[in-house]
Amino acid sequence: MAENDNYSGMVDGINGLIDRQIFSNEKIYSIELEKVFTRSWLLVGHETQIPSNGDFITSRMGAESVILCRDSNGKIHVFLNTCTHRGMKVCLYDEGNTATFTCPFHAWSFATDGKLVGVPHEKELYSKSLNKEKWSLIEVSQMFNYKGSIWATWDKSAPNFIEYLGGAKAHLDFALDSLDGSEGGTEVFGGVHKWISPCNWKVPAENFCGDSYHNVSHISVDMVGIGPSAGSGEKGRRDNELADAQHLWISFPGGHGIHSAMKPANNEYIEAYKDNPIVEEYYRHCYQERELKLGERARIVPFVGTIFPNTSFHGRQPRALCSWHPNGPQSSQISRFFLVDKVAPKEVKDLVRRYYMRYAGPAGMTEQDDMENWNQATASCSGAIARRFPFNYQQSMGDYKINDPVPGMVSTQMTEENARQFYKCWASYMESQDWKKIMSHPAQTALGNDT
Amino acid sequence: MNDLGAKNKVRRDDYYYRLKQEIEEFLYDEAELLDQRNFREWLDILSDDLIYFMPIRRNVKFGTHNEKENTREGYDISWFEEDKWTLSKRIDQIYTGKHWAEEPLSRVSRMITNIQLQNVKPTMQEPCEVGIKSRFLIYQNRSETECNSFYGKRSDILRLESGVWKLIRREIILDQNILMAKNLSIFF
Ligand code: FES
Ligand SMILES: [Fe+2]
Repeated sequence: MAENDNYSGMVDGINGLIDRQIFSNEKIYSIELEKVFTRSWLLVGHETQIPSNGDFITSRMGAESVILCRDSNGKIHVFLNTCTHRGMKVCLYDEGNTATFTCPFHAWSFATDGKLVGVPHEKELYSKSLNKEKWSLIEVSQMFNYKGSIWATWDKSAPNFIEYLGGAKAHLDFALDSLDGSEGGTEVFGGVHKWISPCNWKVPAENFCGDSYHNVSHISVDMVGIGPSAGSGEKGRRDNELADAQHLWISFPGGHGIHSAMKPANNEYIEAYKDNPIVEEYYRHCYQERELKLGERARIVPFVGTIFPNTSFHGRQPRALCSWHPNGPQSSQISRFFLVDKVAPKEVKDLVRRYYMRYAGPAGMTEQDDMENWNQATASCSGAIARRFPFNYQQSMGDYKINDPVPGMVSTQMTEENARQFYKCWASYMESQDWKKIMSHPAQTALGNDT
Repeated sequence: MNDLGAKNKVRRDDYYYRLKQEIEEFLYDEAELLDQRNFREWLDILSDDLIYFMPIRRNVKFGTHNEKENTREGYDISWFEEDKWTLSKRIDQIYTGKHWAEEPLSRVSRMITNIQLQNVKPTMQEPCEVGIKSRFLIYQNRSETECNSFYGKRSDILRLESGVWKLIRREIILDQNILMAKNLSIFF
């Protein structure tokens, strides 16, 4: 089936059927690296991970290692972590500070702006041939610093990042803005979760674009209670700040899927973070401030979302950005960093940091159970018989509205529409469609008007 | 962090070896409790003010290891920075029978080796608090064919509380950078 390149046929949104092979087939995987990951916008890191000139971290785009660094003039760059001479990694560290990236192999050295500045025996060996200008580190085609989070794409012709995000921006903002509603102002905790999970990258990406149906898989942690008020006897894996809210599942052009919620018009604060009065007070204060700042807009509160293709966020409890890096058809390398308001008091930083650790990632009580499900679901896709049987994506077919009550293609009941749109977009990339086609979406016209 | 041994060379006399034997037995008993999945009994040997810490480890430039290799307790995101309360939550979670990462339960064997004492307080003759360095080798097998091996170093502190040893601090240095296992669903 992978032989006919009929990717739209494999992700049949009309009938709600998706071919299992897209989660297991080698050839499809390698085409994804080429067609999806060299074109779309990918998350690389956060500016607070590289505060000083010369600071760098290594990260990943698709299946390749990249360097995120701040050059000696303070400008941020993203480079492929490969020497232009013979390909050795020019940076072997997770983080650090440097004046140059000197290749371990033959010692070409590159300045932090990527320029090739040192070639051993250059005069004797290369005087006639080498144009150093041409052999800088390979830099991404577009980079964007969005409220501190750094994104990049290898495609010059890709829409700029803001256009690419479209209406999903308003929701990603909740993770990146301060809790009191002021723009930006978040920072990343030291320590990035990086781990390998035997699942196809699309499985967790889809999970975060609005699979609320899997709530039941977290029943163990909900029974036990690990939220920020668990010490005060609350059950659940988080405090239910959305108890009175209308949950919303929203799909946007570009394949982004968001799960947020809308509070009632009176937008009452629901007490949370009860395990520490200083923290509770901070959240209460920020909640009220945010309402003053944003007015009606403050009624929207975040939950989770996926920015196509492989960046997901938790908006509030916990609060983090995560990349599901492709690592083979049945393997993902995952990285996640956690966010907090820069100005938050120490008590807040401490409590949320501990909560994030017990909630998320391979040591987190919640996500461990996700991992088990993602992995075994992926494994099923390579069965000779199993792969003849498509997955069912028929939940809440047709139950959506456009731009009602918020911008986007919106469902007010649990739905697999976000996933159906995610895969529809995936097929457009796979079939080498132009950007117009990739961004075409049921909510497109109305949204196009207000950007 | 891990150089306690070098700093606090303890005299290795008869008292040392006698205490070491007692401590070894404690650690083996502990491993046995966990391997036999007696999780709640394991909780009983943890002091109420336990700190259970496993940093994330980074590749850093030579000369910056002390300061940058491991994430910091109290500041950074680590794999674990737990207390007895969160560990008891983890155990409660297993007991729900619906914690899919450990349901059905993994098969786990813990090998604890290279045990050395350091920082014995107040005296080797009448110890109330003992620092212990060791290595671990943990084999986890789960579901049908899933296997993980965890190798690393532990720095523990035991304290005598009403005549019995209790664990008051455990620092676990796992020898991995990108975690190779999909989950850390077992106890170290
Ligand atoms: S590979 Fe880098 S200098 Fe040769
Ligand atoms: Fe989940």
